[in-house]
Amino acid sequence: MCLAVPGKVLDIEERDGTRMATVDFGGVVKEVCLEYVPDLRVGEYAIVHVGFALQRLDEESARHTLALFEELGLLQEEFGDPWEAAAASQGGDGAVAAAGGAPAAALGDGVTEASR
Amino acid sequence: MKYLDEFQDPQLARRLLDEIRATVTRPWALMEVCGGQTHTIIRHGIDQLLPDNVELIHGPGCPVCVTPLEVIDKALEIASRPDVIFCSFGDMLRVPGSDRDLFQVRSHGGDVRVVYSPLDALKIAQQNPHREVVFFGIGFETTAPPNAMTVHQARKLGIPNFSLLVSHVRVPPAIEAIMTSPSCRVQAFLAAGHVCSVMGTQEYPELAERFRVPIVVTGFEPLDILEGIRRTVRQLERGEHTVDNAYPRAVRPEGNPAAQAMLADVFEVTDRAWRGIGTIAASGWRLSERYRAYDAEYRFSVDGITTREPAACRSGEVLQGLIKPHECEAFGATCTPRSPLGATMVSSEGACAAYYLYRRLGTPSTPQEASPVA
Repeated sequence: MCLAVPGKVLDIEERDGTRMATVDFGGVVKEVCLEYVPDLRVGEYAIVHVGFALQRLDEESARHTLALFEELGLLQEEFGDPWEAAAASQGGDGAVAAAGGAPAAALGDGVTEASR
Repeated sequence: MKYLDEFQDPQLARRLLDEIRATVTRPWALMEVCGGQTHTIIRHGIDQLLPDNVELIHGPGCPVCVTPLEVIDKALEIASRPDVIFCSFGDMLRVPGSDRDLFQVRSHGGDVRVVYSPLDALKIAQQNPHREVVFFGIGFETTAPPNAMTVHQARKLGIPNFSLLVSHVRVPPAIEAIMTSPSCRVQAFLAAGHVCSVMGTQEYPELAERFRVPIVVTGFEPLDILEGIRRTVRQLERGEHTVDNAYPRAVRPEGNPAAQAMLADVFEVTDRAWRGIGTIAASGWRLSERYRAYDAEYRFSVDGITTREPAACRSGEVLQGLIKPHECEAFGATCTPRSPLGATMVSSEGACAAYYLYRRLGTPSTPQEASPVA
């Protein structure tokens, strides 16, 4: 939930007196409120948290972060089906591997894995 | 250096690590405040790549983890009511209350819905005028502005059947509570980048000065964390204690003034209980008087709740950085993601979940005694 994801503004419209945009997060498109970054324009990037743009971001930083999030599966975690994730985490933990671990490589079937 | 290849730019990571190694002459203990940073650190083994005398202590910055049990129980009670549609972010579904979680409430017929944004919950309220729609408003300074805007919208659009169950928390009082604890070992903070995207850096100089701790605003990607550590260690070695922004692409000193203005309008500062830690003065927000009608605690009678916290759960100590997750006897035994004792095991940002997921099950090494701050 702390995750704030960079996205690209595709279009902007006024809805119920509120500035709203459709924003592309590496292929996932969502409605985003622009009230906190009102001067954001189509084609620009912003850091978006729970459907709200919080800060403008330069394109290079945005692309870099999006690529990394995609690689780490964080986009799926943010935009995937949370009911499936909750059911999976209730259904099984998977085996606990040997002590020590392999931090970057180990994608076990614990909490976060369930939402992949 | 085993895991360096996992970094997006291994060469830059190596250079930052070399600089950290070259700078450190004594043991230091740094706290990363945000749970998202904890996951990056554990996932990439950053703590294992650092020199032995730089210790990372995991902070209380996971909103799911610190939401008090009493509020979770209130959420469960409200969500069980037949006239209520209860909306929440997905990561609250498996957080254990005293005797159940939201996932179980739904399986027993409760209308629990997961939304991506609080505005989605408001839309559900518009579409269901004959039912009460309650949104579970938890989170730090990053999440509070979206929730504030949603309540503002409900009032502006005259949507009477929407309310917020509020449990928002603020970072600076938590830093103060950590620094004034007699068992505190923290000598510097990696501040949570996205909290600062909203609040800027203006709340921190006073804390840095009063407690003589460097506070370095840090992002969430592996290289952001290494850069934050490099700058923090450099300050510690020089005997400095200033606020430094290592995440300028997302954080401006003034933060987001529009979001701050909305927070000041919709919320007012209040004391808050933190799960596993206890009440911290002025550490949270509640709806201000003008918006009180949208407060689910006022709208529904959910007083008189008796909570039951599992005695074996040591998540409070984990959240305060007093122990590492695998030092808890229940970790990986009676406490697993399948049957979590505390929220730190179930939250996707929880420290216990990070240790479980990335197989940090080994015997902890005894941290070196930290150096006195110059």
